[in-house]
Amino acid sequence: MFDLSSEMQTAAYIASAVLFILSLGSLSDQENAKRGVWFGIVGMAIAVLATIFGPGVELGPILILMLVVGAGVGIYVAKNVEMTGMPQLVAALHSFVGLAAVFIGINSDIDPPALADNAERIIHEIEVFLGVFIGAITFTGSIVAYAKLAGRLDGKALILPARHILNIALVVLCLVLMFMYMNHAGSWTLYLMTLLAFIIGAHLVLAIGGADMPVVVSMLNSYSGWAAAATGFLLGNDLLIVTGALVGSSGAILSYIMCKAMNRKFLSVILGGFGGPSGEAMAIEGEQIAIDADGVAAALQDAEQVIIVPGYGMAVAQAQQSVSELTRRLRAAGKTVRFGIHPVAGRLPGHMNVLLAEAKVPYDIVLEMDEINDDFPQTDVVIVIGSNDIVNPAAQEDPNSPIAGMPVLEVWKAKQVFVSKRGQGTGYSGIENPLFFKENTRMFYGDAKSSVDKLLSMLD
Amino acid sequence: MKIGTPKELYPGENRVAMTPASALQLVKLGHQCVLESGAGDAADFSDADYADAGVEIVPSAAALWDAADVIAKVRQPDESELKLLSAGKTLVCFFNPGGNEEGLAQARDSGANVIAMEMVPRISRAQKMDALSSMANIAGYRAVIEASNNFGRFFTGQITAAGKVAPARVLVVGAGVAGLAAIGTATSLGAQVYAFDVRPEVAEQIESMGAEFVFLEFDEAVQDGAETGGYAAPSSPEFRQKQLEKFLEIAPDIDIVITTALIPNRDAPKLWLTEMLDAMKRGSVVVDLAAERGGNCDATVPDKKIVTDNGVTVIGYTDFPSRMATQSSELYASNIRHMMHDLTPEKDGVIVHNMEDDVIRGATVAFEGEVTFPPPPPKIQAIAAKKPATPEKTPEELAAEQAAANKRAGRNQIGLLVLGAVLMYFIGQYAPASFMRHFIVFVLAVFIGFQVIWNVSHALHTPLMAVTNAISGIIILGALLQIGSSSGIVALLASISVLIAAINVVGGFMVTRRMLQMFQKS
Repeated sequence: MFDLSSEMQTAAYIASAVLFILSLGSLSDQENAKRGVWFGIVGMAIAVLATIFGPGVELGPILILMLVVGAGVGIYVAKNVEMTGMPQLVAALHSFVGLAAVFIGINSDIDPPALADNAERIIHEIEVFLGVFIGAITFTGSIVAYAKLAGRLDGKALILPARHILNIALVVLCLVLMFMYMNHAGSWTLYLMTLLAFIIGAHLVLAIGGADMPVVVSMLNSYSGWAAAATGFLLGNDLLIVTGALVGSSGAILSYIMCKAMNRKFLSVILGGFGGPSGEAMAIEGEQIAIDADGVAAALQDAEQVIIVPGYGMAVAQAQQSVSELTRRLRAAGKTVRFGIHPVAGRLPGHMNVLLAEAKVPYDIVLEMDEINDDFPQTDVVIVIGSNDIVNPAAQEDPNSPIAGMPVLEVWKAKQVFVSKRGQGTGYSGIENPLFFKENTRMFYGDAKSSVDKLLSMLD
Repeated sequence: MKIGTPKELYPGENRVAMTPASALQLVKLGHQCVLESGAGDAADFSDADYADAGVEIVPSAAALWDAADVIAKVRQPDESELKLLSAGKTLVCFFNPGGNEEGLAQARDSGANVIAMEMVPRISRAQKMDALSSMANIAGYRAVIEASNNFGRFFTGQITAAGKVAPARVLVVGAGVAGLAAIGTATSLGAQVYAFDVRPEVAEQIESMGAEFVFLEFDEAVQDGAETGGYAAPSSPEFRQKQLEKFLEIAPDIDIVITTALIPNRDAPKLWLTEMLDAMKRGSVVVDLAAERGGNCDATVPDKKIVTDNGVTVIGYTDFPSRMATQSSELYASNIRHMMHDLTPEKDGVIVHNMEDDVIRGATVAFEGEVTFPPPPPKIQAIAAKKPATPEKTPEELAAEQAAANKRAGRNQIGLLVLGAVLMYFIGQYAPASFMRHFIVFVLAVFIGFQVIWNVSHALHTPLMAVTNAISGIIILGALLQIGSSSGIVALLASISVLIAAINVVGGFMVTRRMLQMFQKS
């Protein structure tokens, strides 16, 4: 076997870091992105090989076995995951990073590196503690997020009494344990802290429900990055630090974008629960008027400009293929069909885009909220499929609404709006949607997929 | 239930209350349809068309009234028709309940239920059965067509080789459904259109149709002429005076006047007086859509077209919808069909005359041997209460706000930088050199991360998460370094870490690739 010197290893790490940055940067548009993935893959391969052949690592049978099995499982999962299942998968993968960070931290406690002086020892102990802490929160938080997204756990927020005090108490306890650990109280403090951090992670995510999940998933994404960075400090490995920092800041930005799109403070999302109304909600006038597929089909046939606004309901009903077929037929009939995507539609940032891409909807007709919001007044027909709060006019019209100020898609400005919805229930925020009562709105009740399929049979 | 439509008896009435298309829809509600032979002839629907739609054709009116449970017709029924009514039957038509006491009494005595189409309340939900609106729409269109037929010039302005043609100036008085339809038709013919209404809130609708709203200079607080139900209310004498002055002032410039002013259950207000007619140019045309209620114009003779001494044509026809019988029958039959839809909630052909329903209650004027007119006021307002307008911000205020926000952002940034510097100071004070070397890498990487990620397209956020997921599997390096440890437990934990991190790396990259392949351009 040939061995790399530690200088060569560092050179390889620099190459990897550059490739990772290029890979993330290439995601600025769809065509570059396809090439960009390869940068990431090559970067990762260089990093792993440089480590294996670098100083201090033996390429033993266990290592090979683990790598092969892990790669096999990864390929299997990636090939078989449904696109509607992406949020679960992403959450599950986050938990792995968290768990690995915990293990590596504990290992470093059991088998500490040679340390020059007391200051380095203290820094090392803080690094171990932090790495394990963040890793543990990421681990259980991601597991709970996975269970919620996969429907194994009730998606509703679990609100314990005095939950804020509980969280604070746990964090304070962890801090105390850290000081004890640094004063040679023994490894048990680290293990106890790990347990406490597991509880904090699970409890944090349990308190957040439904439509806030995009924020949670991107927050966990961020944490998994910070966990990797903390591990990098612990091992004195710059590549880990760089990569962890990249991932951490990426997740933080995603969380920020999601929060902004809901006009909520990051803290209030993370601490769970939805803000109560600040006053009497505006009374809603009118009533919900139902329409059947005939009516919608007739309106579509007359329309020139159509915008479809999908939401989580489309994913739940697996209606994206039918929606795509509808789009294809309408476009074949010479109509302009576009999609308006709210940043928090779905359960993962960009979730709707991926679902529509899977169903072969061309990405250049799938537009962001800011790109399409001014076009609604010139639109003949808007079809809202399985979204609710993101098209709620109360956000603009009613200053007392809990979602007041949240940017929304202004679908009600179109000539006609059809809302495909299972029943008369409210959205995640639990507030009434005045859109459904507007004069130009018709409710197209029923499961999204069968509703759209019915439309398809009438549009031949 | 059997729904039947007889031939209209009123002379010159060409409409019919059922069309082959509406019959098909009625059958879907579980009903059967019957038609008196020849009922659709005047509206260009032949018996054969109806038969194709599954309508049973009966030879005489008597047979029809006998066979049908629900009789749908257009015009107010005359005495002979009311005699054919009996208990258990339902009559759906225009009934003029306000001015038809004998008819109401006769209907009551027969024990039949009568739904008067003009009584459908003006609320959003009932718009689909609002026959007054659908007929008014046609009347408004037709009024412009009749006017152009009697007007000796173009509507649109043109520059021709032979010289310039000025556009016709059209004044529409009353911007209800008919008025708005007239505005739309006249503007699309190219005329210059002015419109007036006592309800200032319709100014926006008028302007949206391409006409100019004629404002009155009125000192008192502008009175709101809208009453519950979306109709106009009578105006005060001072207001009326101002209005007439304005009309007189503009009359010489106006080529075509279309008046549509009506107030429910009253005679039409006189708005276009002889003085204004005298002031108009020879060849001008007045179309009075209120002729049936006596007309808005002094010279109007109902059902007639007259020419005044100074050559102004005044058209007082009352049968505009009937002049476009095919179109108006289609819309009216559709209104009736929607009414039946609401009366057949289960779509099983069983009529449920639900007197708790605002719309059905409002339209029913006779029910099971009792007169139920006038109805109680509807619970829902036709037009939403006006919201107090928030004052618009001036550009200066906006600029000031912007500047203040910028300042605040600047202060925040400076605050953060200072805080960062202090933190750095303390870290530098205590941390060892090896830590600082890594720390600078960390901070720079965070900054690069922020810069790079901001440019990521929103549509690619899910692939971004997947790829960051994959590269955060870089933690595998840590596990690799530990796997050779002499301690058994360390080796075990490190092996597990390698395994799950490998899943992460490979799974993350593969799924990202799969996702990105799906994004396709059209």
